[in-house]
Amino acid sequence: MKETRLLMGMPVTVEIVDAHATQHDLDCVYGYFEYVDAKFSTYKEASEISQINRGQLAIGQASDDMQLIFALADLTRQETDGYFDIQRNGYIDPSGLVKGWAIYNAAQLLRQRGFSNFYVDAGGDIQIAGHNAEGKRWRVGIRNPFNIHEIVKVLELTDCGVATSGTSIRGQHIYNPKQPDQLLESIVSLTVIGPNIYEADRFATAAFAMGTEGIWFIEQLEGFEGYMINKEGIATLTSNFGEFVAHD
Amino acid sequence: MPQNSATFKQKIALFVRKFCVSAFVVFSFAAYVIHERTTNVGTRSDTVPFPGVINPTPPANSDAGQPPVVVITQVPSSSVNNIRQSPAATRAAPATVTPKPAAIAGSQYHDGTYTGSLANAHFGWVQVQTTIQNGQIANVQFLQYPSDRRTSQRINQYAAPLLTQEAIQAQSANVNIISGATLTSRAFTESLQSALSNAKA
Repeated sequence: MKETRLLMGMPVTVEIVDAHATQHDLDCVYGYFEYVDAKFSTYKEASEISQINRGQLAIGQASDDMQLIFALADLTRQETDGYFDIQRNGYIDPSGLVKGWAIYNAAQLLRQRGFSNFYVDAGGDIQIAGHNAEGKRWRVGIRNPFNIHEIVKVLELTDCGVATSGTSIRGQHIYNPKQPDQLLESIVSLTVIGPNIYEADRFATAAFAMGTEGIWFIEQLEGFEGYMINKEGIATLTSNFGEFVAHD
Repeated sequence: MPQNSATFKQKIALFVRKFCVSAFVVFSFAAYVIHERTTNVGTRSDTVPFPGVINPTPPANSDAGQPPVVVITQVPSSSVNNIRQSPAATRAAPATVTPKPAAIAGSQYHDGTYTGSLANAHFGWVQVQTTIQNGQIANVQFLQYPSDRRTSQRINQYAAPLLTQEAIQAQSANVNIISGATLTSRAFTESLQSALSNAKA
């Protein structure tokens, strides 16, 4: 079964290969995403994060999920030497962390329901499980940042997370927390493969903010591989990235 | 009256079920983080205290005290260790989540292909087209997209000597899924919402 819905400002696709999947299983996953959206969307005036940003709610009085996200963001900030930071000029946008966290939790929901062959894709960040309908590793394409109708790499993945940070639209939401007024221009796309989507997403976000050094951050991070594309259209690969590339 | 109480009981049952599922998921995730941090020896030198803000003092009369640390078996195993610091183990507060009831998609959209209006993404225009099948979004495509770059064949002079580099090339192979930069711009959402509005009309 497969479905796509627009949530959190992006297409969210869930495909379950296992035969016993039902519409109800998909509805449970989307129900969870709607919960996440209602709480964490900075575009929704009534969301908990918007209340916090307006000063109407102190983080100490926030819900457990909100406090968990803040703690995870703080941890990630420290692990990435400040390159991951959900706060800018006193405004908090945790979406860089919430997305991977939510996709991961949604995948856990499916595992709990007994599924082992599926994927959950929110805006191009994906938690992969098991195999596709052909019984083979899931085939994942990396979108060409210069031409969104093309793919530039084909990966074969199972039981992992893959996230791509980038600025297909120049000057989009990712910036360097250490130089907040400078638009990131040196690299346009960084794809990270990690043990799960929560890890891949948070490190992809942080590494992208590092510019051309980002691929080195991923290289020295054990258990992660990366593919970075600069504004000249030249890609840099981490040492073992080739293990995930399809050969056909 | 009997109608109201049956509906009320259904709502409670639904709420309890959603609460249990969401509490499990959120608590599992919190326990996963703790599990990862306490079982992997990190090679990074800085150790930092876990922020105290997420450890509220347990209520005075609570029987539960601190929640037990749960080892999560569903976490996908990795054959290599992640680089982590391992500070003193702490516990996240148990989650009390109140998820919204799930909206059932599909009943509001008519099948067909719908084009959204042009939306301004500051560096160009975005326009999307969506195809509805069986009342649900089958796909979303860009008709217009800002592009102010050209692919260049020049090799970047600033090369990282130990990492492989290559010029990107379009692939013609079939794939199941595409990973790309998150397209969460307001312009994308605006145009897609407008296409979906046309699908509702």
